[in-house]
Amino acid sequence: MSDMRARAEGWQPSARQRERDAIRRRAARRSTLTAFASTVVVTAVVVLAVVNTPGWPRVRKAFLDWDVAVASLPKVLEGLWLNVRVLVVASVVIFFFALLLAICRTLRGPVFFPLRAAATAYVDLFRGLPLLLVLLVVGFGIPGLRIPGMTTSPVVLGGLAIVLTYSAYVAEVFRAGIESVHPSQVAAARSLGLTRAQATRHVVLPQAVRRVVPPLLNDLVALSKDSGLISILGAYDAIRAAQVVTSQHANFTPYIVAGFLFILLTIPLTRFTDAFARRSGWLGAQAGIAGGGALR
Amino acid sequence: MTSADDGAPLLRVRGVRKAFGDNVVLDGIDLDVRAHQVIALIGASGSGKSTLLRTINLLEEVDDGDIWLDGQDICDPRVDANAVRARMGMVFQSYNLFGHLRVLENVALAQRLVHKVARPEAEAKALAMLERVGLADKARSFPDELSGGQQQRVAIARALVSSPRLLLLDEVTSALDPELVGEVLDLLTELRGEGFTMLIATHEMAFARDVADEVCFLHHGRIHEQGPAAQVLTEPREARTREFLRRMLPR
Repeated sequence: MSDMRARAEGWQPSARQRERDAIRRRAARRSTLTAFASTVVVTAVVVLAVVNTPGWPRVRKAFLDWDVAVASLPKVLEGLWLNVRVLVVASVVIFFFALLLAICRTLRGPVFFPLRAAATAYVDLFRGLPLLLVLLVVGFGIPGLRIPGMTTSPVVLGGLAIVLTYSAYVAEVFRAGIESVHPSQVAAARSLGLTRAQATRHVVLPQAVRRVVPPLLNDLVALSKDSGLISILGAYDAIRAAQVVTSQHANFTPYIVAGFLFILLTIPLTRFTDAFARRSGWLGAQAGIAGGGALR
Repeated sequence: MTSADDGAPLLRVRGVRKAFGDNVVLDGIDLDVRAHQVIALIGASGSGKSTLLRTINLLEEVDDGDIWLDGQDICDPRVDANAVRARMGMVFQSYNLFGHLRVLENVALAQRLVHKVARPEAEAKALAMLERVGLADKARSFPDELSGGQQQRVAIARALVSSPRLLLLDEVTSALDPELVGEVLDLLTELRGEGFTMLIATHEMAFARDVADEVCFLHHGRIHEQGPAAQVLTEPREARTREFLRRMLPR
């Protein structure tokens, strides 16, 4: 091994190899330049096309008023803080509820039939129902029952509706992960004397969850935006705040501000998704093969 | 069996070097393969056999050194790697058949996409090649319905259907159950009889002795010994080769 290192350090690229490297560098530089130039041209064309439409001055005034943007920013930000809190609480609840649903759906044996059937029915129901409809039924229907001690908070009820719907989706993601773990893993665990539950908890679930992290983070990004739907129940979130300021100024700019803030919220999430996917070897089979990703 | 002096070799490898990080896998490989010649690469796991085959197929970029195929410098970045690969056939240890395609479609795929042969003609050629490897009756099956030996024969048919100048075989029997090894080795022996040029990484010493014209012993990314199969395998000159063979051959 040591003599191998020495040879590695003593190696100098040949003239031929240096020439090849130079050719590759030139090609890389050329494609960077091409990409840059085409980006500039496309951007310029799009901007010019929009700016030269007949209605542009009016749209610009109605949607891109700097003073209104500055005036609305504090209120929209305050609303966004509610979105963030709903997002955090809802995503934690969804994670565990969905995992429970997924486990129920994958239970085998006649004893578990009621659980399996209930979980399946739940997923069928809430994946089929539009989120907006669930929001309206939960947000206005539950307070309408006038149950003593029952909350009428639009934030709680809106969050509940989101949890109900998203759990159905996320449960299916988990189930896909659980079923992607090869049966030989369970066989190996059971051969060691682990119970079925232990095998699920310590062998199947850790691998299943790891495998579905990218789709889960994708759902988290979607959730961060759908948290804005609670505004239709009257919760004072970023979208509701933008709506209020919009009616005060008779100008749509606050919506643009809210949209901008939502993008700022989701970009770190999506970048984190990508980075996490790369780190945890979501390249999948390629991760194990030397240079597997570098085919020209 | 092969004449050493019929012009330039089909494949010429000179000073090829490849490292993954600190790990130097190929450390100056020189090798010539002449037309119709069969060369076996032997050596322990990690000695560089597979990486050598992968660099020749341009699946890995060399760090240094040259590879010529039919006199063309294929390491040049300006060379169309896909056109070079289309002139070689590669067969992998774990078959690497496309699981979503039927056997016939596996064999016909490159004919259609790379060699631009119309589907009926491509499938006719593919079927003929399946016939050749004795699997015409499996044409409509999916790969996972076949035994390992049958899958590997399909993989060989997939490599052969484009009439490659050179076949690269990477431990094609290592993933097979022992009773299935024979059918694949028999097929390779027949191909040798038909004059195919082959570079074979293998752990099957008996097969190397029977089929290869020459054997190369690789150790830590270098060719330590090369010569006629019978000589290298029975009277190795190098101590390292002797030691390797002592561990490989049944005592």
